Amino acid sequence: MRPRHGRRAGRWLVGRLLGAVFVLWAVATLIFFAIRLVPGDPAEAILGGPGSQASAEALDTVRRQYGLDQPLLVQYLAQLARLATGDLGTSYSLRTDVGRLLLDQLPGTIGLALLALVVAWALAIVTAWWATLSGRVASAVSSGLEVVASAVPHFWLASLLILVFSTELGLLPPVSTGTPAGLVLPVVTLAIPVAGFLGQVTRDSLLDAAATPFALSARARGESPSGLFTRHLLRHAALPGLALSGWAFGSLLSGAVVVESVFARPGLGRTLLGAVTLRDIPLVTGVALVSALAYVLVVALGDLSERAVDPRGRAT
Amino acid sequence: MTVLPDLPRGTESARASSGRRTSLGHRARRLPLGPAEWVAAAALLLVVVMAVAPRLLAPGDPLAVSPVDAFSGPSFAHPFGTDESGRGVWTRVVHGAGASLTIGLVATLIGTGLGVALGVLAGLGGRGLAGRATDVGVSRLLEVLFALPGLLLALVVIAFTGPGAVPATIAVGLATAPGYARIVRSQVAAVRRSAMVEAATVLGRHPAVVLWRHVLPNALAPVVVLATLGLGQAVVWASSLSYLGLGSPPPAPEWGAMLSAGRTYLAVAWWMTVFPGLAVVVTAASATVLGRGLARRGRGGTR
Repeated sequence: MRPRHGRRAGRWLVGRLLGAVFVLWAVATLIFFAIRLVPGDPAEAILGGPGSQASAEALDTVRRQYGLDQPLLVQYLAQLARLATGDLGTSYSLRTDVGRLLLDQLPGTIGLALLALVVAWALAIVTAWWATLSGRVASAVSSGLEVVASAVPHFWLASLLILVFSTELGLLPPVSTGTPAGLVLPVVTLAIPVAGFLGQVTRDSLLDAAATPFALSARARGESPSGLFTRHLLRHAALPGLALSGWAFGSLLSGAVVVESVFARPGLGRTLLGAVTLRDIPLVTGVALVSALAYVLVVALGDLSERAVDPRGRAT
Repeated sequence: MTVLPDLPRGTESARASSGRRTSLGHRARRLPLGPAEWVAAAALLLVVVMAVAPRLLAPGDPLAVSPVDAFSGPSFAHPFGTDESGRGVWTRVVHGAGASLTIGLVATLIGTGLGVALGVLAGLGGRGLAGRATDVGVSRLLEVLFALPGLLLALVVIAFTGPGAVPATIAVGLATAPGYARIVRSQVAAVRRSAMVEAATVLGRHPAVVLWRHVLPNALAPVVVLATLGLGQAVVWASSLSYLGLGSPPPAPEWGAMLSAGRTYLAVAWWMTVFPGLAVVVTAASATVLGRGLARRGRGGTR
């Protein structure tokens, strides 16, 4: 690698890092001020919401304990300082350290999402391949399947899969058990809608690529249809999809909320759902920060893989 | 050609808009709707009829309880079976169309409204320091919102507002706004650099006139298509929130809430889950097919 290249890569990395820090700061700031905008006393929320009927003394103690009696700016800076050291605070509802809690939940969700991303790509490429190799009918069928797949809500798909594979056939467990078999239904549920989107985009660009002169010349040199697909078209067709990887991962994270709750699987999404229901602000903030960080990282990775596939992008 | 990585359902229209064909008054060649688009339009029409005049299709009361009939499978009297209180699932699906469609439409309106406002603000920036600062500021804000994708943003919003049909609608609207904003922004920026706008400026038109007469109409044309595509997404997200117990409360006939109730009885009464879900899927898929058809028509091409 030439030095110029290295410097460019370095600048890219620094830009990404600064971008990530900015996003995290902005998420923390938005949430901090949003709490103060909506009606309701944070101290009351800490003590279990408006229904708890906490005494005035208890509220006072909590206010002092959590620094809620300080001026807003002081509270804000203190919060940022705490977040900067990696301290995400204490959950209102679970009374445990948010950082530790999320560290426990994170691997399960990230693993689930990444596995689903791989399955989604595999499904998308297989249908796109099938659609281009075998004529108009296959193309119409796969296009219809993709539209339906991308319109299916996760929770409904999950219920249908449970009905067929657990209730009727008894093949797979309806709740996550921690075994590989328990992972199948959640992963497939998450993967199918994303595969629908990726398939649509990939097939469109596949058809574009198939109409280019380089595809024609490859065919004229005697390249077989499947060789044309794997050696020439796929690289082109995967690009828009790769550009969408960040989006796809985001949609998987957001789908994980539903899927984890349907399959009773511990994870980030289910934690967020519980935190939202109980209005546990530190926990909501923590999940938001962690998933924003994961999202930023995956977008950067998608960018990298896009550069690896497309030499044109490396010039910039 | 720029590929816009957000709102994948909009990729078709994003291409349509970056082509030069849509600008300059002349109409793209009108393409007839294909059979798939006709079916989709008919399905959406049916949903609209359900929403506007539910009694036409299901004369019964969606809330009338009849414990004797509980959990009966699909029959002539109850084509979609009955739920745990003996209410007809068909009746409730028909009467639920209004709530689900309204939530989807209002959320889409909020999303497109906010998206257009932010996108135009950012796209118009660039002239002078203040303009550039606006563009950078709005673009950064969008980046932050994109980092909390879809339901995550909606859930964070609900953490502050509390659950309910109205908060869920607003949350879904907010969650869809960044996608629209990004497309409108690039659209406005592209139209502003076009020869047509340059010509109007050279001819001495007032900048406000140029903006109103030339930039906005051309930049906002694809929003209609995007909104059609986004409607399906909004209906799905809204029903997901209801399913999670954060949207419409259970007794109301709303598709997501019905599905949430059906979850408990999945093993005994599959029809409580299958049919309301089918309604969501048919609505969302029809909106997608129709949106794609409109995008293709706008582009004037065939595929």
